[in-house]
Amino acid sequence: MEYRSTLQQAYGFAFNLTAPPVVRSLFAVAMAFVVFGLLLLAIGRDPVEAYTKMFQGTLGSKLGLSEVGVKMIPFVLTGLAAAIPARVGLINVGGEGQLYIGAWAATGVVLYLGVGQIWLMLPLMAAAGFLGGAAWGAIAVFLRNWRGVNEVITTLLSNYVAILLINVFVFGLWKNPDGFGYPYTADFGTEAILPALAGTRLHLGLVLPVIAVVASYLVLTRTTWGYNMRAVGGNPEAARRRGIPVGTYLVIAMMVGGGIAGLAGMSEVAGIQHHLRPGISNNLGFLGFLASWLAGHNPTGIVAASFLLAVIIVGGDVLQFSGNLPSAAMFILIGLVLFFVLGFRRLERATA
Amino acid sequence: MYIFGYRVPLFHSPLSRIAGVAALLATMVLLACGADATSTPRPPAATVAQVATEVAPDTAMAFEPTVDDLAGGSPEAFAAAFEKAIAGSQFRPTSEFAAAAQPLAEGEKLKIGFIFVGSQRDLGYNQAAAEGSQYLEQVFPDVEVIRSENIPETADVQAVMEQMIRDGATIIFPTSFGYSGPTKDIIEKHPDVMFMHMGDSESFENYGAFFGNIWQLEYAAGQMAGNATETGKLGFIAAFPIPQTLLNVNAFHLGARSVRPDVETTFVLTGSWCDPAKQATAVQTMIDAGVDVVTQHQDCTKTIVEAAERAGIFVTGYHQDASSAAPNAWLTGAVWNWGPVYAELVNEIRNGTYKSSVMFVGLEEGWVKLAPFGSFVSDEEKQAVLDTVEALRNGSLQPFAGPITDQDGTVRIAEGVVPTDPELQSISYLLEGITGRTN
Repeated sequence: MEYRSTLQQAYGFAFNLTAPPVVRSLFAVAMAFVVFGLLLLAIGRDPVEAYTKMFQGTLGSKLGLSEVGVKMIPFVLTGLAAAIPARVGLINVGGEGQLYIGAWAATGVVLYLGVGQIWLMLPLMAAAGFLGGAAWGAIAVFLRNWRGVNEVITTLLSNYVAILLINVFVFGLWKNPDGFGYPYTADFGTEAILPALAGTRLHLGLVLPVIAVVASYLVLTRTTWGYNMRAVGGNPEAARRRGIPVGTYLVIAMMVGGGIAGLAGMSEVAGIQHHLRPGISNNLGFLGFLASWLAGHNPTGIVAASFLLAVIIVGGDVLQFSGNLPSAAMFILIGLVLFFVLGFRRLERATA
Repeated sequence: MYIFGYRVPLFHSPLSRIAGVAALLATMVLLACGADATSTPRPPAATVAQVATEVAPDTAMAFEPTVDDLAGGSPEAFAAAFEKAIAGSQFRPTSEFAAAAQPLAEGEKLKIGFIFVGSQRDLGYNQAAAEGSQYLEQVFPDVEVIRSENIPETADVQAVMEQMIRDGATIIFPTSFGYSGPTKDIIEKHPDVMFMHMGDSESFENYGAFFGNIWQLEYAAGQMAGNATETGKLGFIAAFPIPQTLLNVNAFHLGARSVRPDVETTFVLTGSWCDPAKQATAVQTMIDAGVDVVTQHQDCTKTIVEAAERAGIFVTGYHQDASSAAPNAWLTGAVWNWGPVYAELVNEIRNGTYKSSVMFVGLEEGWVKLAPFGSFVSDEEKQAVLDTVEALRNGSLQPFAGPITDQDGTVRIAEGVVPTDPELQSISYLLEGITGRTN
């Protein structure tokens, strides 16, 4: 190609385009860390010390590693919630809302179907969480199939509806009568709590992303369904002519995605919070969406991207007090990572 | 390179390409420097700065606050509050277990962790606590404070505390009420670390609790509001109907009625300690209903204070002096004086004399103070409010002496009865003349 911008030239110069995608992504992430380090220098902090503390606090201790795992659980799940619909060409920005509805449904099971048996209770809660998230996602895809409403808009806006719906319950019917008016449900009994690894907060919910990643990897790469999904996502019209039921694939992909986000909600209330309250998610759904885009909607890539985001989020807490940085600093770092990874991917397309 | 499609003979050699990338990065850094220059942290309050210059390094270990530090409170009452709490405690002194009570090695610093539920610059609860932690560093040169802000009142706070302990912190102040449950879950795991919770009503060996009793100053602020209002309608914006909030709004209302008996107060709940959007809506609704003095029990106070300034009504503050945000609207306010309190607690822990207890004292001991008056407040009104504060301090004024009637007309405190402080702290109703709900 004749026309090349300076940035493309710099990138081509700095980095060999024939390198495998993993190495290219790592390079982009490294660039983000370099620029963030320069920003630290600019405000008079020592970047080497800050990064050392950040990685010691996350990867260098049992505590930090377990916290990274705790954060990865919802990131991977909500990442898959964006990636699976993306295979059929749907953009699901609704992971946050689906997570909340999943948490809501799991809490409903605890409040109304309390059975006192942990081996029955947890699967019931997980099933309810999955169905809740799936139903919430289904609204958007049905609106798309029947009325042609853009699912980006409906999934995004339904997040806020979901959050307000949770408020209706925790401020009203489900509020703990002994809670001084605080909008929390009563704490779950031990039969509804995912057991945690001794001394950490890393809980049994870890099996959920493992199962979800393996299953979605196998389905997407080893089955006809996965092949058909890619066909639908690539060219819906061609897929339709070949007899693939495109509408059904859209509905199922979105519902499975929503359901997986719902599982994240279930694992958050049952594993971390132990009751339902507003603000349980703290943007987990949106960060999972980021992870999916960072990974190019690839299930194994999502695990890597979630790991990176979890390290930054957990490390951000460490940076706050050891580097004396404001809490917004970690979002700047996440923003830089996104900028470089997606920016370089764009350049690759332009130069290819 | 190309600019708008025109070929410009620049950046052709590898060296000039590196220069180009470097220039790009340098620009970003320079921009960041500029951004930082405009957002340097605000200096601590004037009183704090004065103390810093007065304290000589060699006397730093012996902490004795002055009357000025205590905003008029008596140093004797301040010291007595700590002695009484220690004497009444069933726990071991910190010298027997707390790592913080061990002498420091040469050049070593005592690390103290502070965790805030909101921003340290919220002109409210968290800023008051953050400035208290700065005071601590100024009084004790060998103390290093590490801070974490915007930590939700969920199990997430445990992760932050664990990281702080790993970083060497031996005293931790979880400054928000909602941290109590998650904190108590981990105190047994860290028997050498001293946790100082703000607001809990129980204590354990390495978990002390303390909070300030501030309702008297809400009464004084209410008196100022009663002087200022023309419509006779006051607004109180709160988060949850917990007893402390109900006591504040009742005291505020009584204070206003002491100078203007026909005052009506509207009590609105936002369901959040800091939701600026809901605060703005609440203020606007109140203004539309004719309210001309607003106050609040919220963590972040900026939105409401600024909204009052814009609307041309009056505001009284809470938690922190926010007069700078509303020069034409600010009357006065009831604010915390955490600096000396933190300093004395840390001093006791280090000396090994502290024993876990639940401390709850206020005006007389100087744990709370009246914020500065607005510049437009007349001298007579100032003096009247200061006289009220003095009467509350020495106990000659008892606003909750019966008869006290609730909003439904039921007499809650009979004639001739003066409720005790614990009774007031468990108040569950709103007084006559207040519109709002308690659930």
